[in-house]
Amino acid sequence: MTLDPTYLEYPMRRRGMDHDYYPYSAMPTRKPVSWPGGKSLLVWPVISLEYFPMAPADKPFRAPGHMQTAYPDYRHYTAREYGTRVGIYRLLDAFEAVGARVSIACNSAIAQRYPALVADILEGGHEIIAHATDMNATISSGMPEGEEETIIAETLDVLEQNIGKRPRGWLSIARSQSFDTPRLLAEAGVEYMCDWVNDELPYRFKTTAGEIVNIPLNHELSDRQIINVQQQSVDSYALQIEDAANWLLGESGDHGGRMLPLHLTPYIMGLPYRMDGFDALVRRLADNPAIAFATGEEILDSWKAQQ
Amino acid sequence: MPEQQLADPGLYDYAPYRGRPKLEWPGGKTCAVWVAPNLEFYELDPPQNPHRKSWTKPHPDIVGYGHRDHANRVSHWRMADVMSRHGFPGSVSLSVALCNHIPEVVEDAAARGWEFFSHGIYNTRYSYGMDEAQERAIIEDSIRTVRDATGQTIRGWLAPALTHTPRTLDLISEYGIDYTCDLYHDDQPTDIRVKNGRLTAIPYSLEVNDHYGFFIYNMSPREYADTLIRQYERLAAEGEKSGTVMCIPLHSYLIGQPHRIGPFEEVLRYIAADGRAWIARAGEIVDSYRAQTGGAA
Repeated sequence: MTLDPTYLEYPMRRRGMDHDYYPYSAMPTRKPVSWPGGKSLLVWPVISLEYFPMAPADKPFRAPGHMQTAYPDYRHYTAREYGTRVGIYRLLDAFEAVGARVSIACNSAIAQRYPALVADILEGGHEIIAHATDMNATISSGMPEGEEETIIAETLDVLEQNIGKRPRGWLSIARSQSFDTPRLLAEAGVEYMCDWVNDELPYRFKTTAGEIVNIPLNHELSDRQIINVQQQSVDSYALQIEDAANWLLGESGDHGGRMLPLHLTPYIMGLPYRMDGFDALVRRLADNPAIAFATGEEILDSWKAQQ
Repeated sequence: MPEQQLADPGLYDYAPYRGRPKLEWPGGKTCAVWVAPNLEFYELDPPQNPHRKSWTKPHPDIVGYGHRDHANRVSHWRMADVMSRHGFPGSVSLSVALCNHIPEVVEDAAARGWEFFSHGIYNTRYSYGMDEAQERAIIEDSIRTVRDATGQTIRGWLAPALTHTPRTLDLISEYGIDYTCDLYHDDQPTDIRVKNGRLTAIPYSLEVNDHYGFFIYNMSPREYADTLIRQYERLAAEGEKSGTVMCIPLHSYLIGQPHRIGPFEEVLRYIAADGRAWIARAGEIVDSYRAQTGGAA
């Protein structure tokens, strides 16, 4: 056996990264960040608000959480809808009870279908960030020319029409991008994206259409990963989040402000048997004077002003 | 023509765990503990190996790539500080191209007194399907690249992404490499049958590898920490009869996440305080084993 000789050629073997999206940066070498109010740790909740059409498109792939049985998959269609009817209100209540404002990563279809929910979110002072049109609008390489631009434009336009403001942030479904996504987002005027998980602070991303900031939304600390994939309890989840918060608070003493993203899914966390544990976690975080809750745009503005 | 596939690769003679000669570690310690951080570089858009895909998703698989890039930007630094704080040197499983891409991480590891062995060029380039000349090329590249970057001559090998050919062990031994981390048959070192030289299998571990802990067994951080302590307790007790080896294989993008590093630090604190652990580098363990078991290197 032999491999094609090009398999032992390394055209991108060079100083720095093997792409031009961002330069290498070691976290300990950066200028320490100071958060508003002298807080050591900003907890950034991001709640994904998703509409799953009962007919999956599978182009280019089926989103996590999508339909699983033969048509009609009433059980998954309605169980996801439970999140947008009930679970989201439990999560909003948990955060509003401590005066926290959060980011809601919202399919534009949600804004069209459920204006009462969007009004309640806006009434709470929360931020809405763009999260594709619906859960069939996945993105990856190999999509037909123009389709990705259409998804991005339609999402932003529909959200803007329904919430009276153009979203500043973007989260791709499953954090899945093509090679073009950062450029297309920058072209569409999106200021920050949440897809890249390679850091714990915001950083600048270069595209031929200008810069966009990536605010890393840790996927390992999501309720989907810990509860759904790893099958752990909400008590274990809460302990893990507090272990993370305590570690980051410790680091902030020497290294400056830290952030802790909480990626939440209403149909996962917002179940009755999980909510008491989650409510208690939110209260404990809120009671710590070194911690504040923040939205993505608050983190973006604070971080940018210090660069 | 397909390669001949053997039922028994003939790596070693069977040796029952019961009744072995006593291995004694320096200072009368019963368990040699070594920590093996994998310092890796994964490519965003690597060429396809016909026998294994690099990424499960179409390129760019930015979650897979970004997760691993977290290591070099954030979590290596966190993990390395914790190891140094408790007196644990690393024996590094190194994607040698990291010396080219991110010398900062390699220099940091070298400055902490860590030992390097090769884990291939990139963890997105696999040995499956290589001919002998190609395999020699990656071994020679590994030796040269690490020597140029650190002055160290690599003594060990962990196949890139654990991908082998039937000739790998003979070849690395021919190049003077002393130990392999790819064989999982024992909790003590074993000499491996090779055509040239002497090659020792040092116990690495899949079972207590952080990747297995978090992604095969789906452990919480505290469950994984408890697993490491149980593993250590058993091996340290058994080591009174004949010295054992415990490896803690790590990936900083896993163990260095903020929810995991605190519980892990407690494991290092526990082992360092216990008194039965010989906290060592892989090469030191292999040297001690060889000094006790005789035979020319």
